[in-house]
Amino acid sequence: MSDFRQRIEEAIPALRRYARALTRDTETADDIVQDTLVRALRSEHLFHDGDVRAWLYTILTNLNRNRLRSLSRRPTLTPIKDNDAAMTGPDTGSRDIARALDDLAEDQRAALLLVVLEGLTYREVAEVQGVPIGTVMSRLARARMQIKAYLDGERPALRRVK
Amino acid sequence: MNDRDQIISEDELHAYVDGELPADRRGAVEAWLASHAEDAARVAAWRKQAELIQARYGGVANEKVPGRLNFARMARRHRMRWIATAAAAAIAVFVAGGLAGWTVRGLETQAPSDLPRFTADALEAYRLYVVEVRHPVEVPGDQRPHLVEWLSKRVGSPVRAPELDRLGLKLVGGRLLPGPTGASAFFMYEGPSGERFTLYCGHTSDQQTALRYTSGNQNAAYYWVDRNLAYVLSGPAERDKLRDIAQAAYDQIDTRSSPRGG
Repeated sequence: MSDFRQRIEEAIPALRRYARALTRDTETADDIVQDTLVRALRSEHLFHDGDVRAWLYTILTNLNRNRLRSLSRRPTLTPIKDNDAAMTGPDTGSRDIARALDDLAEDQRAALLLVVLEGLTYREVAEVQGVPIGTVMSRLARARMQIKAYLDGERPALRRVK
Repeated sequence: MNDRDQIISEDELHAYVDGELPADRRGAVEAWLASHAEDAARVAAWRKQAELIQARYGGVANEKVPGRLNFARMARRHRMRWIATAAAAAIAVFVAGGLAGWTVRGLETQAPSDLPRFTADALEAYRLYVVEVRHPVEVPGDQRPHLVEWLSKRVGSPVRAPELDRLGLKLVGGRLLPGPTGASAFFMYEGPSGERFTLYCGHTSDQQTALRYTSGNQNAAYYWVDRNLAYVLSGPAERDKLRDIAQAAYDQIDTRSSPRGG
């Protein structure tokens, strides 16, 4: 197997993790990873040099954005699914975080997850999202502010956060 | 301390949490946090969020990868399909080539300028090849110098394959096509999520023009003439995006050809 393909294969577990957090649904996440891999194979000849992993994150991020766009044309309500058997931790914090992520705008959610879950640098995230670093930082800031407000609001001894 | 250098921005707090802060600013941020309880609480909250996200989803990377994501198997299947499609594409080119010939003949009598035929042919070629996922080009984009040299030779003038990486587009490759005035060069570009654009180029006797727009069914094109070569940049009918790409191609072709003096 070529070095290129080997690097793709090595990235699959991380892609699944990112997709799971991005979609909060196991099946949908693996569908998107599968599409990402098919596209990567198809575009193998397009890839000159650079970071295979960042490129895969780019494909996946775009595919999910397209998916949400086509979903939004249909006026259906999607319940928050919590079918992740690997859920850990006795407190409800990790369940809350899924709901908090759910409330974010897609670009903010992707930026936050790429940084805190996937460990990409701001520069890499800027490339994945195709925006300047300043935009990445403001997405990150908004995501963190909104999650904080959500989590603070869920606690019993709360302050009103606007 | 009111020293300006000591004021810490929110961006710096994020960078601090994410390990993106330059080493020489760490001390200043830490000193700031020691004396600003509210910012320290925010930083702690952001760290807690990251922990929660990692606790919730980090484990996914350790799960067994399901069979349908077996990459070696996908790659084998991909190869089989590629061979089948290449055969189908060869037939499609043969059939469509015949159809395109009739279209051109029909337009010939009523067109005093080459350009309408150029854009018609270019859009025809775009529609034909853009759907071709596995065999869209004759020479792949990683052989750019060879591709450009070959097409320049066949067209009879130096043609360019502009670099559109800045716009997120990679060169898929190119092919030689029949055009209204002889051989035409055809370059295909692809964006990260699979959207495709093509640049079609051949000889014309028309005068130099600026960018012009034309649209078909779901596709559209910008076209122009530069030094006896007509260029047609085709893509999905999203005018703004198409214009950005056409402008970038136009600028590159313009500046790169000038030192050569035609």
